[in-house]
Amino acid sequence: MKTNDVIMQFTAKLVFFIIFFFAVHLFFAGHYTPGGGFVGGLVTASAIVLLIIAFDLKTVQTILPINYINMVAIGLILALGTAAFSMFTGKPFFTHYYDYFNLPILGKTSLHTAALFDLGVYLVVVGVTMTIIQTIGEDE
Amino acid sequence: MSNFLLLPIIIPFFFAMLLLFGQKNIAYQRITTLLGLVISIICAIGLVSNVYMDGPQTVTLGNWPAPFGITMMGDMVASVLMLTTLVISLFIVWYGFGSIGKEREQFFYYPGIMFIITGVNGAFTTGDIFNLFVFFEVLLMASYLLIVLGGEKAQLRESIKYILVNVISSALFVVAVAYLYSVVGTLSMADISLKIAEINQPGIITVIAVLFLLVFGMKAAIFPLYFWLPSAYSAPPIPVLALFGALLTKVGVYAITRTYTLFFTHDLSYTHELLLILAVVTIIAGCIGALAHFDVKQIIIYNIIIAVGVILFGVAQMNEVALQGAFVYLIHDMIIKAALFMLIGIVIYVTGTSNLRKMGGLIQTYPTLGWFFLIAGFGLVGVPPLSGFVGKLLIIQGGFIAGNTWSTLVVLASSIIVLLSVMRIFIYAFWGEQGQLSTDVQKRKYNRMFIPTMLLVILSIFYGIGAEWLNPFMSDAAKILMDPSIYTDAVMKGGE
Repeated sequence: MKTNDVIMQFTAKLVFFIIFFFAVHLFFAGHYTPGGGFVGGLVTASAIVLLIIAFDLKTVQTILPINYINMVAIGLILALGTAAFSMFTGKPFFTHYYDYFNLPILGKTSLHTAALFDLGVYLVVVGVTMTIIQTIGEDE
Repeated sequence: MSNFLLLPIIIPFFFAMLLLFGQKNIAYQRITTLLGLVISIICAIGLVSNVYMDGPQTVTLGNWPAPFGITMMGDMVASVLMLTTLVISLFIVWYGFGSIGKEREQFFYYPGIMFIITGVNGAFTTGDIFNLFVFFEVLLMASYLLIVLGGEKAQLRESIKYILVNVISSALFVVAVAYLYSVVGTLSMADISLKIAEINQPGIITVIAVLFLLVFGMKAAIFPLYFWLPSAYSAPPIPVLALFGALLTKVGVYAITRTYTLFFTHDLSYTHELLLILAVVTIIAGCIGALAHFDVKQIIIYNIIIAVGVILFGVAQMNEVALQGAFVYLIHDMIIKAALFMLIGIVIYVTGTSNLRKMGGLIQTYPTLGWFFLIAGFGLVGVPPLSGFVGKLLIIQGGFIAGNTWSTLVVLASSIIVLLSVMRIFIYAFWGEQGQLSTDVQKRKYNRMFIPTMLLVILSIFYGIGAEWLNPFMSDAAKILMDPSIYTDAVMKGGE
């Protein structure tokens, strides 16, 4: 007998975006308040896991056709690249840069290269978590 | 400030990331790995010559002043060890082309190797005790992958033991670092050394010293803590085993050497006496194991334990001669263990068994293999022109200078046992009547395995013959081990 999980699926579709935007908020808030790449990545992965629970692995793979192993590699390269960038300007490895910019809507904002490093962490965390869950889920 | 010393860590790391793409394309995987290793070797050679010219190189990450940021410290010890690691890995990777098998190559074997090199090189270079922990974890995680990759029954069984032991010892490492931090309030190794010298090693620091010995001893396989090693190392395929045997325990030995020469130097009569006793018992335990087995892998694996004992015996003497000996022997042992594992890998390949009793008469069919094995065996024991001689000579000399006559005689006697154990392989496998021979030995595959092995043995011969030429590098390393102030000055003043 096929169970009817229309409520589950409908809620998941809505809640996915709430969780995802919360993850983005956590990610960007990391410099001044609790949060950052690790927690943001985990929350994003949990949003995707919610979709997997509500639908199934195949469906989620078709709507989010992401190769998570490549995502880990890209995250690592981004993190290493941010850290290594300062080597080319004669500063020690891992020296970060920041400055204040007047952005159109946000106004005066400080942009810091640590956020790029965090983005690398974020991608690695999402990639690793999803790889683990997908591999175990696909295992017969 | 010099970022150059980071290159032997960053380049393998970067190439490991590149290798995560193109998982199924074996040609791409192999070429990228070789390219990465060759570039890192060139950088490591440059680093050794830099250190030789200008003294220790330091860089404190993120442009922070010295005790507050993570310092990376490339002194002679670290840079020579990094160079050795990279060279050995190059030969092992080359050897692996012939023997590791397509399934493993397509499933992150090469990224695993590159990550393990990142971890090993990082552990050699770091100047921060917690960063050392992180690099230990990097190399251990990669080694978990390599030990289980392939999924044979023995690998699955042994990887559980291996992971369990290492998780426990890593947890102890964290506890030890927490204790140390609560006493001295700093994590930078140079700063810890200064702070401990200020408070003159009270009892609690001695306790922490023993705790560190427990932690690193578990990684390095010293006497009561080596129980996991013989069975765990017999599970993975030969190239992985060669990599583990040459690198992993040596990182533990290096960590003991570093902590016992840099931090805990004020209560020698307790800490170094304990290290001495454990080293001697380790040698004896290794000797017993090496004689007891009729399995070629096990014999060489127990020889790792003997060598760990010999090196730590040198460290425990705390005089410059013995420390130089320990360092020379450490490098020798990394090279020769890799070569021996690669040789017995070929022996196992051509006979199809690792049981000595079933082998015999290989010298008729594979004469060059036989003679190279003999040379490597003599090198391991320390027959004069070969590589093991100078290191052991210095260690023994240092032992007599320190007045530890009886224990030094044990070290000397252990050489005879080592000789006996390797000669037993030679006599059983190469002499006598024709024993078991594998039926499907392909000449091409054999050559692919034999050429890197041969080159590595030749390299070890040069290491022995060129001892005089290498002496300035080695005595440089011994000086920094003997005198912590060179290390602390380089870090604390280099950061200004």
